[in-house]
Amino acid sequence: MTTLADPPKEQFKLSMLINDTRYRSLTFQALAAIALALMFWYLGNNLIQNLRAAGLNISFDFLGEAAGYDINQTLIEYDSQSSHLRAAIVGALNTLLVAFLACITATVFGVVAGVLRLSNNWLVSKLMAFYVEIFRNVPVLIWIIIIFTIMTAVLPGPRAFRGDDAEASMLFNAVAFTNRGVYIPLPWFSRGIFDSAALNWLLVLIVLGGSWFASRKIGQWASKVQEKEGVRPKTLWFTLGVWIAPFAVLMLIMGLSWQMPELKGFNFQGGIKLGGPLIALWFALSIYTGAFIAENVRAGIQAVSKGQTEAASALGLRPRRVMNLVVLPQALRVIIPPLISQYLNITKNSSLAIAVGYADITATLGGITLNQTGRAIECVMLLMLFYLTVSLLISMGMNIYNASVKLKER
Amino acid sequence: MKKSVFLGALTLASMGAGVAGAATLDDVKARGKLNCGVSTGLAGFSAPDANGVWEGFDVAVCRAVAAATLGDPMAVEFVSTTGKTRFTALASGEIDMLARNTTWTFSRDVDLKFEFVGVNYYDGQGFMAPKELGVSSAKELDGATVCIQTGTTTELNLADFFRANSISYEPVPIETNAEAIQQYLAGACDVYTTDASGLAASRATFEDASAHVLLPEIISKEPLGPLVRHGDNEWGDIVRWTLNALIAAEELGVTSANIGELKAGTNNPEVNRLLGTEGNLGEMLGLDADFAAKAIMAGGNYGEIFEKNIGESTPIGLARGLNAQWTDGGLLYAPPFR
Repeated sequence: MTTLADPPKEQFKLSMLINDTRYRSLTFQALAAIALALMFWYLGNNLIQNLRAAGLNISFDFLGEAAGYDINQTLIEYDSQSSHLRAAIVGALNTLLVAFLACITATVFGVVAGVLRLSNNWLVSKLMAFYVEIFRNVPVLIWIIIIFTIMTAVLPGPRAFRGDDAEASMLFNAVAFTNRGVYIPLPWFSRGIFDSAALNWLLVLIVLGGSWFASRKIGQWASKVQEKEGVRPKTLWFTLGVWIAPFAVLMLIMGLSWQMPELKGFNFQGGIKLGGPLIALWFALSIYTGAFIAENVRAGIQAVSKGQTEAASALGLRPRRVMNLVVLPQALRVIIPPLISQYLNITKNSSLAIAVGYADITATLGGITLNQTGRAIECVMLLMLFYLTVSLLISMGMNIYNASVKLKER
Repeated sequence: MKKSVFLGALTLASMGAGVAGAATLDDVKARGKLNCGVSTGLAGFSAPDANGVWEGFDVAVCRAVAAATLGDPMAVEFVSTTGKTRFTALASGEIDMLARNTTWTFSRDVDLKFEFVGVNYYDGQGFMAPKELGVSSAKELDGATVCIQTGTTTELNLADFFRANSISYEPVPIETNAEAIQQYLAGACDVYTTDASGLAASRATFEDASAHVLLPEIISKEPLGPLVRHGDNEWGDIVRWTLNALIAAEELGVTSANIGELKAGTNNPEVNRLLGTEGNLGEMLGLDADFAAKAIMAGGNYGEIFEKNIGESTPIGLARGLNAQWTDGGLLYAPPFR
């Protein structure tokens, strides 16, 4: 009688690192990691040795020194005696501002163009195809320069607004389009509740936030009533009242006034100036990335099975409601992931601002500061850190949103 | 075994990278070409002509150094640099020297570890405005929009000037001179500021130069000169004394026209030492005895280079002013060749 012995226990042999599929992938990853570490060690060593040979060192002390240069668009207090660090923050805020504005408008352009490209109207769909192909296939730097050049060449200088028979005039006496930017009236409060303008604006935001909350509550109440009684109560007047009444009362109390831009000296003074570089960069990034987003939207819509549309139509929904209630919510799952990279692209592409003299972080920290202090390595490291942080934050935020709209599987 | 060879090679390579750049002259000779950094194109100072050959006042310094070290004024590889890239290009060894109307400042000399070998143009920052603006002084520029080349000392001087006079302005930072001029002519800025020589050079290229005025204020000292990296003093000496040779040649009356005659020997010992017929100055630099003669023959002495490229007979039309020889009341003063 034979007994069944356990299969012989496998001995671990060195050759299994290569031959055994269980270990092979780990082996190669380990080797790659070692090679990568060696390469960085070599590069770092090389850098340190070269710096030492040149008598240079790595130091971030320059960030505390006075910058000595002026910046034409600052969202926070800044003058030429502020530190390099503050100049970098001014640049960072400018980068975030243009990226934020461009993300919003690019999304609007993208969704509109993407939906219209699938329109049954031949002219509309071909026009949108034209827009997408033209803007997607020309580098964004070219678009920035084209728009900026057109703005400076076509729009009149402030000089043209001077005199009794001026060549140019302001729109409604309130908005001036010049080759240096667009000047619009500035709202301000003559009887502000707080002394600081920022606090007053914060109050306005809080009131608007309260209105939004209240209007949501009204919607929820309406849904509840609808579920119970089958008829949705009319909420339009309630909602409008909740939005308008508190806002209007607040404006009356604080005494809303408008400061009009006026031609004084060399330039328009007063009001809000939207600088030419900001407009050019914002618009160029929006239409360029909008074309990419349009393709994402189109792909997302086409990924929704045709049966969904047909089923929705069979229920008697009109085309617009089919799109809003059935197709777009499902398409969103396909649209969001590539949209994340488009938002990242906008943020990174905003560093092309230097082409038109927009003071983003690449222009302040990575440009003037780098140049005046000669601290190229430190400045570029800080720049990389900034863009990396912003990109990861955008990615994180969008991924959280994506998780909330994606198909829930159980 | 293989691994230790690899590591050894790495160490050697990193050490090699560390010491490279110490003997720039050897590198230049081995390469057979001088890598010289110049600006991206400023009429009269450095710009390619119709045949693509670089010429100009700064270019002449490069050519003189190439002639002194390699014997051939055309053996230059011109690397055009912007205000932002110039120092990185020099520090990294991409170029052997920089001749790009660069202002000699303390921090560039000391903190950035460069060595300014002398001054080839004494300049100051000025303003250019359209005549129709009706401005006659820079102090009337309160509220003006000012186009400025970013990353230069002019940016700092401008901030200081407006701050000192308690007036405001709006800077429009531009990357290169050409773009700045385009913006200025389109009226996107009221005035353009840069070194007065650069303003004159740019104005000369305008369709209607007379419609623009240079304001009288000069708001800074801008000693412009060639520079090299710290740490290779022999190479610094070569560039310094090549520049000095051009200046001394004008003072001593040595021109490209009479140099052949003077090379045969004169009874002025300093001319003889300069041209290498007496003494061993060239040898001390590790160059040929007639290095200075070659440099002068490349484009003439300082005065000739000035007249040919930016002088009053050229469209740029700069007067010698501060840049006259010390004997004529200017600041040019070459230390003695002895």
